[in-house]
Amino acid sequence: MSDFVSFLQYNSDAVITATLQHVYLSFGAVFAGASLAIPLGIWLTGREKAAQACLSVTGTIQTIPSLALFGFALPILGIGFFPAMVVLFLYSLLPILRNTYTSLKGVSPALIEAGKGMGMSNCQLLVMVKLPLALPVIMTGIRISSIYIISWATFAAFIGAGGLGDLIVTGIQTMDLYFILAGAIPTALLALVTGWVLGLLERAVTPRGLRIYGVERE
Amino acid sequence: MDNILLLTIEHLELSAVGVLLAMAVGIPLGIIITRYRLAAGITMAVTDILQTVPALAMLALLMMVFGLGDTTLVISLVLYSLLPIVRNTYAGILGIDKGLVEAGRGMGMTRLQLLRLVQLPIALPVILAGIRVALVTAIGIATIGVLIGAGGLGSPIWRGIQQTDAVLILSGAVPAALLAIVCDVGLERLERAMTPRGLRATAHR
Repeated sequence: MSDFVSFLQYNSDAVITATLQHVYLSFGAVFAGASLAIPLGIWLTGREKAAQACLSVTGTIQTIPSLALFGFALPILGIGFFPAMVVLFLYSLLPILRNTYTSLKGVSPALIEAGKGMGMSNCQLLVMVKLPLALPVIMTGIRISSIYIISWATFAAFIGAGGLGDLIVTGIQTMDLYFILAGAIPTALLALVTGWVLGLLERAVTPRGLRIYGVERE
Repeated sequence: MDNILLLTIEHLELSAVGVLLAMAVGIPLGIIITRYRLAAGITMAVTDILQTVPALAMLALLMMVFGLGDTTLVISLVLYSLLPIVRNTYAGILGIDKGLVEAGRGMGMTRLQLLRLVQLPIALPVILAGIRVALVTAIGIATIGVLIGAGGLGSPIWRGIQQTDAVLILSGAVPAALLAIVCDVGLERLERAMTPRGLRATAHR
C-alpha cells in the first residue's frame, strides 16, 4: 500500500495530466452530444417517422463495439484527441436523444391544453411548460451518457488520445499492477462523482409539483 | 476470409459463454432477491459498483489475478452481464400486476407454480431485454479482450491500429459491428415473440 502511495507521488504529474485529458475528453464529448441531441429531440417531437429513424440510427451506433468504432474512425480521422472525441460524441447521443424525445412526448396533453388555453405561443409552451417538465428526464439521459462516456474514454488510449486509459494500457503491457490501479481508480471515482453530482442536479431541476409524488425516473 | 469467419465465430462463442454463465447465476439470483428486500438492496449495489469499473480496468485487474487468455475475458464478461440480467429479472417479476399474482394464489397455486406459470412467462420479455443488453455489451467488451491475449475479432482491429492498416482494422471492425447489430435485432425479435399474447393486446391499445 505504501509502495502504491509512493508510486503515485513519483508519477503524480502523469496521473494528473491523464486525469485532466480524461475529463476534457469525456465532458467535451457529452457536452457536444447534448448540444446536438437536445435540440434534435425537441425538433423530432411531432415528427414520428423522422424520430424513429433518428433513434434507430443512434441506437445502431450505440450497438457497435467501441474498439470497432475507434477502428472505423482511425482511417478517416487519423489518431489523436479529436477523433477520439468524435467517437465518444457519437456514443453519447442515444441516451440524451431518447430521453429528450420520450420525455417531451410524455408531457400530459391536459397541461399543454391548459397552456394553450392561457394563450401561450408554441415557443412559450415549449419553454414554460414542456421543457421544465421534461428536464429531469433529459438530465437522467445526460447522467447515463456521462457515466458511460467516462468509462469508454479509457479506450481513447488505443488511438493515441491519452487519458487514464493510457496508464491502464501501459500497466497491461508491462504487467504492472500500480499502473493499472493508477488508471482504474481515478476513472471509477470520476464516474461515481459525476453520477452523484448529476443525480443531485437532476433532483434540483425537478419541478416542485412533480417532486411531491416522489416519482422515481430511470 | 476463412480466418475472419473463424474469428467471428470465436468472438460470438466467447461473448455467449460469458452471458450464459451470467444468466445461470443472474436469473436465479434475480428471482430469489424478489423475496428479500435487504438482499435485493445489497445485490443491486454490488452489481452497480461492478458496472462503474471501466471495462478496460476490469480486464486489467482480472488479468493480474487470472493471467492472460480467454478465461479472464469470460470472467469479466460474466461480471459485466450480471447487472442487466439480475436487474431486469428482479424488476420484471416485481413489476407484475399484483392482481395476477393474487389470482394465481386464489387458484391454489404453490409458490413454485406461481413462478413457473404466472411470474416467469409475464416477466420473460423484460428478462430477455436484459439478456440482449448483456450480449451486446459483451460483444463490445470482447473486442478489447485482445489486450489480455484473448481471441476474437479484437486482434485484427488491434493489429490494424498499430500498423495503421485500414483494411486490417476494417476486417475486424465490420464483422464485430455486424455481429453486435445482428444479435441486437435478433434478440429484440425474440423479445417480441415471447411477449404473452394477452400483454401484446394491451400494448396496442
